[in-house]
Amino acid sequence: MSEPSIPGLVAEVEEEQQSPSGGRRMVLNMGPQHPSTHGVLRLFIELDGETVTKCAVDIGYLHTGIEKEFEVKTYQQAVTLTDRVDYLAPLSNNLGYCLAVEKLLGMEIPPQAQWMRVMLTELTRLNSHLVWLGTHALDIGAMSVFLYCFREREEILKIFEMFSGQRMMTSYFRIGGLALEPPRGWHHRVKKFIDRFPSCVDEYENLLTNNRIWIGRTRGIGFISLEDMLDLGVTGPMLRAAGLKIDTRKDQPYTSYEKFDFEVPTRTENDVFARYQVRVEEMRQSTKIVQQALAGMPSGPWKADDPHVVLPDREKMKTQMEALIYHFKIVTEGFRVPEGEVYQVIESPRGELGFYVVSDGTTSPYRVHMRTPSFGNLQATSKMVEGILIADVIASIGSMDFVLGDTDR
Amino acid sequence: MLPNQLRERPVAQAVADFDGDAVTNGKYEGNELTLEIAPAKIVSVCGFLKYDQKFVRLSAVTAVDRYPLEPRFEVVYHVHSVERNERVRLKCRLSGIDPVIESVCSVWRGANWYEREIFDLFGIRFLNHPDLRRILMPDDWEGHPLRKDYPIYGPRV
Repeated sequence: MSEPSIPGLVAEVEEEQQSPSGGRRMVLNMGPQHPSTHGVLRLFIELDGETVTKCAVDIGYLHTGIEKEFEVKTYQQAVTLTDRVDYLAPLSNNLGYCLAVEKLLGMEIPPQAQWMRVMLTELTRLNSHLVWLGTHALDIGAMSVFLYCFREREEILKIFEMFSGQRMMTSYFRIGGLALEPPRGWHHRVKKFIDRFPSCVDEYENLLTNNRIWIGRTRGIGFISLEDMLDLGVTGPMLRAAGLKIDTRKDQPYTSYEKFDFEVPTRTENDVFARYQVRVEEMRQSTKIVQQALAGMPSGPWKADDPHVVLPDREKMKTQMEALIYHFKIVTEGFRVPEGEVYQVIESPRGELGFYVVSDGTTSPYRVHMRTPSFGNLQATSKMVEGILIADVIASIGSMDFVLGDTDR
Repeated sequence: MLPNQLRERPVAQAVADFDGDAVTNGKYEGNELTLEIAPAKIVSVCGFLKYDQKFVRLSAVTAVDRYPLEPRFEVVYHVHSVERNERVRLKCRLSGIDPVIESVCSVWRGANWYEREIFDLFGIRFLNHPDLRRILMPDDWEGHPLRKDYPIYGPRV
């Protein structure tokens, strides 16, 4: 990329090329195709020697107009759009959207569906943290960790495939419960994985936690004060690594998270290493939640009993007139959602994920706004990297764990 | 005027005490408090919420287009208090002809990108914004895609 697309921005940076010390400053363009940005993010970095003096962030390369598309889909169809926002944590997005619409409908979800949702969103958290850990370590130079992480991630994706038929774009949570009946043998499969997983986390820690190179590259790097983070809209593990015990799963529990016993890990060092420790500990806590879900999974229906919203069983649809009519109506028109607005917040692997759904009483959402954690977190990039060495920029932005699809929507 | 059923919500009452003219309407539905604020008062109300009522976080800012109704736009602020574990929604209604409102960047720096997004996708201008330009769409894009009169299908004219 030779021609900068933001003339105002580059002019602004170039005006100050003369530094107080008399040395020339250099403007470095990083991205949009840079391996460490995990997507298409563009950073303009102004350097004085090796020190970053200014950083401007340019996003929007992955903007696909998902929020506009919501307005022409029926409520149930729109579930598939939420998968494609944060493609590393599709089930968390499904959950946030479904909860928002269910709140508008005033719907009760049966316990089995709720527990299944908890179990699968926690597996999603593991999935997302594994990708983060692998790629973050790869950015910093620890190549082997990537291979270990993806070995376990593959197992999780196979579990998702078993449930929904899809590895990544699962759309497994639907308004009213789950998309399909949990498959035969799921319990054994998840149990086999989750019993083995804690030893895998030990393995990653063996590779990294006491590794002198890893510590040298991460400890004391990427500091940003807690006040700045709260002011700039940062959420999730970044805040927890700065000592603030904030987790929507505890503060405003949803989908029966209040019935699970888990800790919210925090650290006070507020650097890249602390964020690593918080996320590793979160993996252990998620493992605990999945184990509890497996042990106490309630039996019963896996979708709500609401013929206006939930598709009837195949069996009933083939034999009963009433069910056939409902099936036809739901598939062709969708269902009406009462007028109103709802802001549903959940804790996605990256932080606070909010769905603001406005209904005007028709079968498609009037407006859906996604408050995505990556968008908020990325806003702090400039503040975080200004004043540090260019070599630490990659470690710092890696510790934010953003997904550009989530940012640009 | 603050509706009477909101008098028992401490935040709503506090905002009404702070500035009686600021709150034009409000509701409490499904554990969510919504206060409608006069657009001219938004910055002072936000400052009051942040510094006096401990709403340290601005969760998100977004907009809704009520075309063809008038006032056409709603700018919606979701603020969050970590200490009180409480969320409040603020809403400002703006006219469809040259919609403009004061920026809240002076209260929360995090409002910067959210307001740029609204400027980009809805065409609402924010006064005193430090860096108001498009954020998601290309710089030379015409129109504002999330407006209701912007087509979903078809070639770009």
